[in-house]
Amino acid sequence: MRTSASPRLPRSAPLDQLAEQLWEAVSSADEYTATELVLRMLDDGADPEAVLLDVVAKVQSRVGEEWAANRISVAQEHAATAINERAVAAVSVHPAARTAATRGRITVACVDGEWHGLPARLLAEVLKLRGWRVDYLGAQVPTPHLITHLHNTRADAVALSSSIATRLPTAHAAITACQAIGVPVLVGGAAFGPQGRYAKLLGAEAWAPDARAAADHLAQGPLPRPQADHQQFDDLPHLSDQEYTMVARNSTSLVRHVFTALEDACPAMRSYSDLQRERTAEDLKHIVDFLATALYLDDEELFTWFITWTAQILQARGVPEMSVPPALVLLARELGDFPRAARILHAATRTLVTDPTTTAAGNAV
Amino acid sequence: MASTQARTVADTRPDSLWGRAPYPVLVADLRGVVVRCNDAAGLILPAAAPGASLTDVAPAWLCAAHTRIGSPGPHAVPADTEEALRGTIAGRRFEAHPTALGDGSVAWWLVDDTDHQLAREALLMERERTAFLAKASNVLLSSLNLGRCMDVTAQLAAESLADVALAIAPSRSSRLPVVTCLRGGTPVLADMSVDPDDVPGLGEALRGFPPVPSRWIDPAAAPAWLVPEGFGPVGSIVITPLPGHGVPAGALVLLRKAQTASFSSEEEVFARLFAARAGAAMSAARLYAEQTAITDVLMRELMPPALHQISGVDFAGGYRPSADHERIGGDFYDVHPATVEGEASLVSLGDVCGKGLEAAVLTGKIRNTLHALLPLADDHSRMLGLLNTALLNSHHARFVTLVLASARRRGNQVDLALTSAGHPSPLIIRADGTVHEADTRGTLIGALPAITAVTITESLAPGESCVLYTDGITEAKGGPMGDDLFGDERLKRALAGCVGMPAEGIVEHVQMLAAQWLGNRRHDDMAVVVISAPRTHHLSAVNGHTRGRFTA
Repeated sequence: MRTSASPRLPRSAPLDQLAEQLWEAVSSADEYTATELVLRMLDDGADPEAVLLDVVAKVQSRVGEEWAANRISVAQEHAATAINERAVAAVSVHPAARTAATRGRITVACVDGEWHGLPARLLAEVLKLRGWRVDYLGAQVPTPHLITHLHNTRADAVALSSSIATRLPTAHAAITACQAIGVPVLVGGAAFGPQGRYAKLLGAEAWAPDARAAADHLAQGPLPRPQADHQQFDDLPHLSDQEYTMVARNSTSLVRHVFTALEDACPAMRSYSDLQRERTAEDLKHIVDFLATALYLDDEELFTWFITWTAQILQARGVPEMSVPPALVLLARELGDFPRAARILHAATRTLVTDPTTTAAGNAV
Repeated sequence: MASTQARTVADTRPDSLWGRAPYPVLVADLRGVVVRCNDAAGLILPAAAPGASLTDVAPAWLCAAHTRIGSPGPHAVPADTEEALRGTIAGRRFEAHPTALGDGSVAWWLVDDTDHQLAREALLMERERTAFLAKASNVLLSSLNLGRCMDVTAQLAAESLADVALAIAPSRSSRLPVVTCLRGGTPVLADMSVDPDDVPGLGEALRGFPPVPSRWIDPAAAPAWLVPEGFGPVGSIVITPLPGHGVPAGALVLLRKAQTASFSSEEEVFARLFAARAGAAMSAARLYAEQTAITDVLMRELMPPALHQISGVDFAGGYRPSADHERIGGDFYDVHPATVEGEASLVSLGDVCGKGLEAAVLTGKIRNTLHALLPLADDHSRMLGLLNTALLNSHHARFVTLVLASARRRGNQVDLALTSAGHPSPLIIRADGTVHEADTRGTLIGALPAITAVTITESLAPGESCVLYTDGITEAKGGPMGDDLFGDERLKRALAGCVGMPAEGIVEHVQMLAAQWLGNRRHDDMAVVVISAPRTHHLSAVNGHTRGRFTA
């Protein structure tokens, strides 16, 4: 029996309200209050799964929104996430979360290069609560580690998480590697697009929008066994034009060329500080990375979405000088021989100059 | 048509070539009466003679075809020719080719294609088996997991060889791992406490040596555990050893129902071919598992430890080896809690010259040496001097740079003693967001007979942190332009935003920034350790059930 001095929450305190309190604690980097809060919910009889998904996950998605909207920095996002991680760890060792393993075994991992481990961690905890034996490999798991792990264990399925679309080519390699050794893959995370459209494209056996849906899906029965003769290339025949390969391999020189050309085109850039120049180069790098991913998936909407979002962020950051449309035009000039890349760049430019929310950034030159 | 008719007329003489043709020919009229037949037809249809009714002398399939062709309508060959004009006569298979004669009668030319058919069937079966073996090889080769190999073996065997298949692995314990799969079902693993020697031939098959052939056993002699519940009467059981590569791989038990035909000798050969593949896969998986177990044991001591809160001081560490397929490398860190509560914990973080497994082995030696020197932990210089002597006397030509940090909680503060031996200086993150290098420097270890090192002291207020790192972080080459070093300044700038962050958050943040800076480029080993003074004084806020432990 705990004899905590802090006043007990009313038993009926709705989860929304608790999520709000946790948000307060997390956003002020107060890990002790955050941990106390979730532990007290469990002491008061709250369902551990609800605490994880309706409180912690909710707060974490708010962290993500705040970051996406540029209201908190990457470091603050990391601080908030670390505190949420501690809250999850606290839930996992609470007596209320003790569950015997009655089902099969699932490996939960993030794609290599994916640093947002919390969604996968939450899924791992939920699956444990539902009676699965879970191996949680953590954030950014190199594919060779994942495969070695699968050879050493007899996992019924792999749950693979990725939040950033630029990790999708790597995710695809990981999915096919798991399938090649006979293990079906369930994927989740924002990277896989609205309604998981890229999950299907990349040949995953299943997709789930959130941890609860993933656990429900796995409870329905075993995932179909992967086809033994499946080739990675069959999923994406458009890769034969080599545009993805060329853009991905030469991304650094593309960034350099466009950066230099941009300096000539935008005189304001010459007065940039080193930090501002690095930021600009980083923005260009992201643009090239997303272009490469859009080429990999053959999906111009992905790139258009990213460009629109970038333009809004730049506006929020107060960087009107950095003009996205000229950068896209310069990039298109560099990639003149690549018809798919040109089409994707044109579509994004068109959207940018007609979208009222971004025209301010777009016309600022 | 005219020419056909002319020839028919010409061939009516009994001694004509037609009569002695090597292929049976039979002519019947509209009413189904045999008009004429040649010698060859007489051999297979002995009753056939002019005037006899076709139904009396020829098999039903030929009569039916005759009636169909004679009936009004186009005399074209029916659409289902392939099926309709093929049948058995006297135990051999014939193709019947009709030629309509002018008077409404039909000449049936019968061609014996028994051998052709047999060849075709054999070819088809051979193709199926080859496809099956290719698929089996594919699936079996792709996994190095014994359990999955057993699943696949049982499932494939149940698909093509038997009504139920059991893959049994040899076991050193008293429990026998058995995967059972019914045709069309999913494989199920059960660890059974049974004696394989109760089944004739199974014990020998599982021992793997001496080699034994497949063995039939009397279904009545089979123990109950061999037959799945509700399977019904067993018709036949065959036990096939799975040949391994010097290690016993296991056995495959195939059961067929009473109503299923028992195994032909060809099927037995086929089962052996399959067993050879399954055995190879299962023994490879077993070897791999054994190797992995050995590696795991040997690596356990070399893996970076998981860090947590000790005596009111937060510790967190992160490690990334230079090669992504490895887990260890030439960087290392350790946190040794004080043996006496209230004394300082000792943190060590270092970088052995070189990378990969050989460097990792040396890190193990250094970590062990430091562990043995813990009683001297309050005198860093002396510790480093002894380590230097130990390294100079070993056969390793490598040297090491490292940082020692003693951390002790005093009130809300954390007192630090920091000593660098040829290593990048630790960085201190102050509550006001400034980041500065701890002013300690010394010579690297393992290269010179004598070393010097300066120990400095620092104090961390709540929310402040000290960051130890290896040069893999600052020398990470990349960035958006591709060839810039991550560098000290960039690291300091990033750390300035980390005030008040939990220690593991800082570690993760630094690791992420370095990883993103690198992209897919090559890099050195990278290690980070963060020592933090917890933001709030929570130890006294918690009573005897210390919830603080959960938060550590």
